[in-house]
Amino acid sequence: MSEIHLQIDGKEVVASEGMTILDAAKTVGIAIPTLCHHEKLEPYGGCRICTVEVEVRGWPKLVAGCIYPVEKDLVVRTRSEKVDKIRKVLLEEMLAHAPDAEELQALAKEYGADRDRFEKEPSFCIHCGLCVRYCAEIKKKHAVGFVDRGSNREISFIPEIASKECWDCKECFPLCPTSALQAAYVLAESLIPQPDAEVSSCSCSCSCSGKSGTGE
Amino acid sequence: MTMLSSPEKLECARKDIVSRIDPTKPCISVCAGAGCLASGAAEVIAAFKTELEFHGLTTEVNTKGTGCPGFCERGPIVMIYPEEICYLRVKPEDVAEIVSHTIKEKKLVDRLLYVDPATGEKATRESDIPFYKNQQRNILSENLRIDSKSIDDYLAIGGYSALSKALFQMSPEEVMGEVKKSNLRGRGGGGFPAWRKWEESRNAPDPIKYVIVNADEGDPGAFMDRALIEGNPHSILEGLIIGAYAVGAHEGFIYVRQEYPLAVININLAIRQAGERGLLGKNILGSGFDFTVKVHMGAGAFVCGESSALMTALEGRAGEPRPKYIHTAVKGVWDHPSVLNNVETWANVTQIISKGADWFTQFGTKGSTGTKIFSLVGKITNTGLVEVPMGVTLRDIIEKVGGGIPGGKQFKAVQTGGPSGGCIPEAQLDLPVDFDELTKAGSMMGSGGMIVMDEDTCMVDIARYFLDFLKDESCGKCTPCREGIRQMLKVLTNITTGKGKEGDVELLEELAESTGAALCALGKSAPNPVLSTIRYFREEYEAHIRQKKCPALSCKELIAFHIDPDKCKACGTCFRQCPAEAIDGGKKRIHVIDQEKCTKCGTCFDVCPPRFGAVRKISGEPVPAPIPEEQRAMA
Ligand SMILES: Cc1cc2nc3c(=O)[nH]c(=O)nc-3n(C[C@H](O)[C@H](O)[C@H](O)COP(=O)(O)O)c2cc1C
Ligand code: SF4
Ligand code: SF4
Ligand code: SF4
Ligand code: SF4
Ligand code: FES
Ligand code: FES
Repeated sequence: MSEIHLQIDGKEVVASEGMTILDAAKTVGIAIPTLCHHEKLEPYGGCRICTVEVEVRGWPKLVAGCIYPVEKDLVVRTRSEKVDKIRKVLLEEMLAHAPDAEELQALAKEYGADRDRFEKEPSFCIHCGLCVRYCAEIKKKHAVGFVDRGSNREISFIPEIASKECWDCKECFPLCPTSALQAAYVLAESLIPQPDAEVSSCSCSCSCSGKSGTGE
Repeated sequence: MTMLSSPEKLECARKDIVSRIDPTKPCISVCAGAGCLASGAAEVIAAFKTELEFHGLTTEVNTKGTGCPGFCERGPIVMIYPEEICYLRVKPEDVAEIVSHTIKEKKLVDRLLYVDPATGEKATRESDIPFYKNQQRNILSENLRIDSKSIDDYLAIGGYSALSKALFQMSPEEVMGEVKKSNLRGRGGGGFPAWRKWEESRNAPDPIKYVIVNADEGDPGAFMDRALIEGNPHSILEGLIIGAYAVGAHEGFIYVRQEYPLAVININLAIRQAGERGLLGKNILGSGFDFTVKVHMGAGAFVCGESSALMTALEGRAGEPRPKYIHTAVKGVWDHPSVLNNVETWANVTQIISKGADWFTQFGTKGSTGTKIFSLVGKITNTGLVEVPMGVTLRDIIEKVGGGIPGGKQFKAVQTGGPSGGCIPEAQLDLPVDFDELTKAGSMMGSGGMIVMDEDTCMVDIARYFLDFLKDESCGKCTPCREGIRQMLKVLTNITTGKGKEGDVELLEELAESTGAALCALGKSAPNPVLSTIRYFREEYEAHIRQKKCPALSCKELIAFHIDPDKCKACGTCFRQCPAEAIDGGKKRIHVIDQEKCTKCGTCFDVCPPRFGAVRKISGEPVPAPIPEEQRAMA
């Protein structure tokens, strides 16, 4: 694999093709914060906390460090004034949803983000998509997904699938940076028929094999 | 249907079609675009058919349904050839008179002609109407000349000769070279040079490549792409095939908004007709070049028009932008090189190959060549589609083509570039319309939306309005866009409802800066309406925040209606029409508005006879106390 020389925060870095800025920074001990990035999952680029400034042909540009591939002679700044300002605002926006999330609080300290700058939002989710992508890409179950778009976007368990799969899995729970996903599941659980209920047969005479409407 | 298996056969077929056309034979063309159909064009066409039959003129007079010439507001539009008489707002009831007067006796039906609101003069021919006269309709004018559903009509005006020229007289490199020389820039948003994408795609080693038409057109109020694809679908198809030949693609997609049923019908029909003639499919015109195309209906949001979202949707997944630091021209649909261009961009390709890059570059500016179609709407006398050479000033578009602001009102700003464009004030009206100039002014060309605003428009409320639209149209994937829009909208709503605080403008600026980190262009450009209005109308923001005053007297929470006791003549008009029964009045009594009951609908303000002008709209000042009961009786 060919070597690529670039500069990160003034340091000369030798990276190999296919690496992202995040990977390359790690090799020289520069930490870029991430929230939605996960080694095992497809590149996503949702949270933008990993935003860094790069210079492309003399033009400064904001890019997601967790995705942007290293390029020859790229100049990267991971802690410019602009980057820090943006990360602070993004954190404050996310803290409006998940004020008690430990990961967010640690980052808030680093960037001077005010936990209470914005009015609290009813939804805890910061839309990192880890649960959704883990379930789709690793478990291949699609038991949890996003519904709606824009400011109304929320996660949602798909009852038909969740009732069969989640009970014995729950692998996505620890991934959630807000540690509230579990609560969401518990909430949804009241609506989700439990697996053992499935075997008990339904009293109707059709051929539904008792799979629906037996959660009570 | 004969297969046209060589360029010679195409020319033969063309000659044959043209020879059957008698240019002196009267022809009645009715615009059958979506706008005119909505105002009754189908009934008008049917009425013409019946009426001609009644007069036994069916064989002597042709009728056809054409594409949209852009003046939809005055539709249904009827053109009578060869005299080129243009009738506006034609109703089925007018048809008998048109046939007996104009067709039979060669006389005009005066009342259906265009009347210049300024001079009162009538215009007989389309080319005499100022709205059209001041345009440069290189692309749109073809819409009028053909029946949108007829490939023969398209062939008659030289259709597919550009394709034939490309395939037989030019190498793919030469086609690319011509497009490069024309400096054609994308008409769908970013203004990216078309040839760059094409070249990148052509040079990508992957042998499977795609070319795609973006006909998603999600900007509210914009309909240039709809008019083109509905009105002249073959011209888009021809451009696409030429592009495919240049980049070496053998498959293409046309991504059309589901909300455009007529566009879907017409493009599908065009594809079928072209296939039957050997202009699409295997061995096009006997050249050995193969190309097929599929129509994909987009059921998505505004954001589905964004290139990576559109390509994800073509793959059958949810149309959501994805990170693309590798250009889609290299890795697009199913990771194959994919060239995506806007409808209008493809229409231009056909003309560039047919007439040459030198012809094309005589229109426009150095950096922005050719013409551009705008959708001119809002507080403007003539609304509709407007095609002008790049480089004309906004003032010319608004005053000469648009006919200025109606109702004697003052111009305030023009918003260009769709929902995430910016607002440009009076002082900048001499700005030439050019990709780079508009961006410098804090707005953008976008796909060509142009909304004119007059003195009654509140600029803070306009920013709020666009962000409210974007709040629902963002996909919600990335934080800066989803949360940034949410927070900016909250601040703007507060300001327009009198809850603005010192520091709000700075907060908006800070939030706007953070959207620079958004994943796609929707988020990155979302703050444009906010930043441009702060830049040019900061004092309006400050008035809302500091004096709780809306200078445009538009924000409901910040205005009040008051009847001036010295001017009220007790005519009772407002009293009778107030829907909230908020006016206390009576015979020979000065009328008084009960502020508690008033819903600020503005009816009293509108209906108070101008000679009295007693109702005032006020903002930023206390409402004068109602005059005491005992002083209300008039002498
Ligand atoms: C939110 C968003 C919506 C867009 N919608 C459209 C659209 O409806 N039609 C279009 O042609 N381009 C649209 N674009 C621009 C496309 O991403 C792309 O740049 C364009 O289709 C490329 O064609 P062009 O170079 O010919 O303009 C949109 C971009 C964004 C960010
Ligand atoms: S617990 Fe449910 S949603 Fe989470 S990964 Fe497992 S199956 Fe998917
Ligand atoms: S629930 Fe948690 S893991 Fe899932 S998207 Fe929201 S924040 Fe991320
Ligand atoms: S910028 Fe907005 S529309 Fe684009 S990916 Fe992010 S959330 Fe979605
Ligand atoms: S503004 Fe409307 S509700 Fe208020 S007094 Fe006038 S007419 Fe009545
Ligand atoms: S970590 Fe890179 S966008 Fe979330
Ligand atoms: S639809 Fe008839 S003029 Fe536009």
